Amino acid sequence: MKNLKIILSTFVLILSITACNSDKTKNTAADLAVFQCPMQCEGDKTYDKEGSCPVCKMDLKLLEASSKDMDTDEISEASIFNLTSKWHNEEDEEIQLTDLKGKTMVMVMIYTSCKAACPRLVADMRNIEAQIPDENIKNLEFVLISIDPETDNPERLKAFALENGMDDEQWTFLQGTESGVREFANVLSVKYKEISPIDFSHSNIISVFNSGGELIHQQEGLGVDNKETIEAILQLTQ
Amino acid sequence: MKTKVFSLLLLCLMVQSLMIGQTKDMVLIEGSRYIPLYGRDSTVVEVNDFKMDIYPVTTAEYIEFVEKYPKWSKSKVISLFADESYLVNWKTDLKVKDSMSTKRPITYVSWFAAKAYCECQNKRLPTVDEWEYVAMADETTKDARVKPEYNQQILAWYEAPRTEENSIGKTKKNAWGVYDLHGLVWEWTLDFNSVLITGESRKDVDKDSNLFCGSAAVNATDLMNYAAFMRYAIRGSLKARYSMKNLGFRCVQDIKEQQ
Repeated sequence: MKNLKIILSTFVLILSITACNSDKTKNTAADLAVFQCPMQCEGDKTYDKEGSCPVCKMDLKLLEASSKDMDTDEISEASIFNLTSKWHNEEDEEIQLTDLKGKTMVMVMIYTSCKAACPRLVADMRNIEAQIPDENIKNLEFVLISIDPETDNPERLKAFALENGMDDEQWTFLQGTESGVREFANVLSVKYKEISPIDFSHSNIISVFNSGGELIHQQEGLGVDNKETIEAILQLTQ
Repeated sequence: MKTKVFSLLLLCLMVQSLMIGQTKDMVLIEGSRYIPLYGRDSTVVEVNDFKMDIYPVTTAEYIEFVEKYPKWSKSKVISLFADESYLVNWKTDLKVKDSMSTKRPITYVSWFAAKAYCECQNKRLPTVDEWEYVAMADETTKDARVKPEYNQQILAWYEAPRTEENSIGKTKKNAWGVYDLHGLVWEWTLDFNSVLITGESRKDVDKDSNLFCGSAAVNATDLMNYAAFMRYAIRGSLKARYSMKNLGFRCVQDIKEQQ
C-alpha cells in the first residue's frame, strides 16, 4: 500500500514536471511570433497572430526583437535595456535598467546639491506627474538620475525624495558609476560638465521611454509647455 | 590555499604587466596643471600621469576587434550604439573596400564603439582635458600655444581635404612622442558631451551657451586659439551614436592600473 502511494506520487510528480515543460515550450513558441500595431494604438498590447489593429486598422507588424534575437527577450535594438551598467536606487538596492522594464518611464538627469536649474527641473517633473490621472500613474515610473554619483549616494537621494514629496512608488532615484552615468547621458543626448566640486552645468531634458525602453519623446528646456510630453505619456500608459 | 591564491594573483599580475609591456605603442604623458580653452570655475585643470597611444587606432586594428567582438560588426551593431553610417565604407562585416589601406585611421565609428574598443584593450578614451593637454605640444615644446606657427599649422590642416585617407604616423611626432593629434582625423574623447555648446542645447544650458557669439566667449581663456575653438565646437555638435568620415579615436591608460 505504502509502495503504491510512493509510486503514485512519483507518477504525479513526473506528470507535473512534464506538464511544466510542455507549458514552457508553448510559451517560447508563442514568443517567436509577436505582432503589434505599428502605431502602438493600444500601447504595448501584442497579438500572436497576423491581422489588423482594431483602432487604426493598420496591419499588425511583426516585432523585430522577438523574431531576430531570442536571448534579448524582446528588447529592441534602440532600447536602453541593452545597457548593462549597474545602478543603486534610493533604497540602496542594486538594479540594472532592465529591472524598470514593463512601465512607461519619464527620465531626467539632475544632482541634488543643485541650486539653479534642478529645482525647476524637479518641479517640471512633479508638474507632469500632477497632470497624469491615477490609473495611468500605476503604469508609469518617474526616474531621476544623478549626474553627480560621487555625492548623491542612496541615503542622500532618499533624503531628497522625502524632502520633495517624491517618495511614492512611482518615483525612482538612481546613483550610477561615473562611466555608467556618462554613457546614459549620451543615450539621452544630455550634456553635462563638472564646473566645480559641487556644481555642474547640464542640459535640461526630460525624456519619455515606452515600456520596452525605446525613446519616444524628449522635452528640452526649463518650465516649457509640457503638453506634448503629457500627451506622449498618456498615449503610452493607456 | 592562501598561498595558492596568492601565487595565482602574482601570476595574473605578471601576465598583466607582460601584456602591458607589449603595449609598446603607448607613451607616458606626465601630468600637470594647465589652462584649457574651456576649464572649470578656476580655469586651471589638473591632468594626472597617463599613457597615450602614439597613433590613432588603425583600420587593421579595428578589423581585429570586430573579429573578436562580432557585436560591433557593421551588420550586428544595435541602433542604440551607432547610426546608419557606422563603418559605412566597409565592404562586408570584416572587410574594407579593396581600395582602402588598412593603415588608415579607423573612422565612421560611434563613441560607444570607440569606448568599447578601448575597454576591451584594458584602456579607455582620453578625456577632453587630457587630449587637449597632449595636443598643445608641437615638435619641440610641450605647450606651444604661444607660438603663432602652432596655430597656423593646425588651421592649415583644417583646410586640407580628405586627410582621413592618409596612413597613420605621417605627421610630425610631437614633443611627447605622439603622432597625428593634428593633421589626420578628429578624435573622440570620453567626455565630449561635457562641451555645452550645441545648437540644440543653446537655449537650455546655462553656461557657454553660444560659442561663436562674443558674449559667451568670455568663458574661453584664449580668444586667439581658433583651432581649439573649432575642436570644442565639433565636440559640442556630436552625439554618441554619430559615425563620421573624419572622426576616429585613440586610447589612453591610467598609470595606477598597472601596479
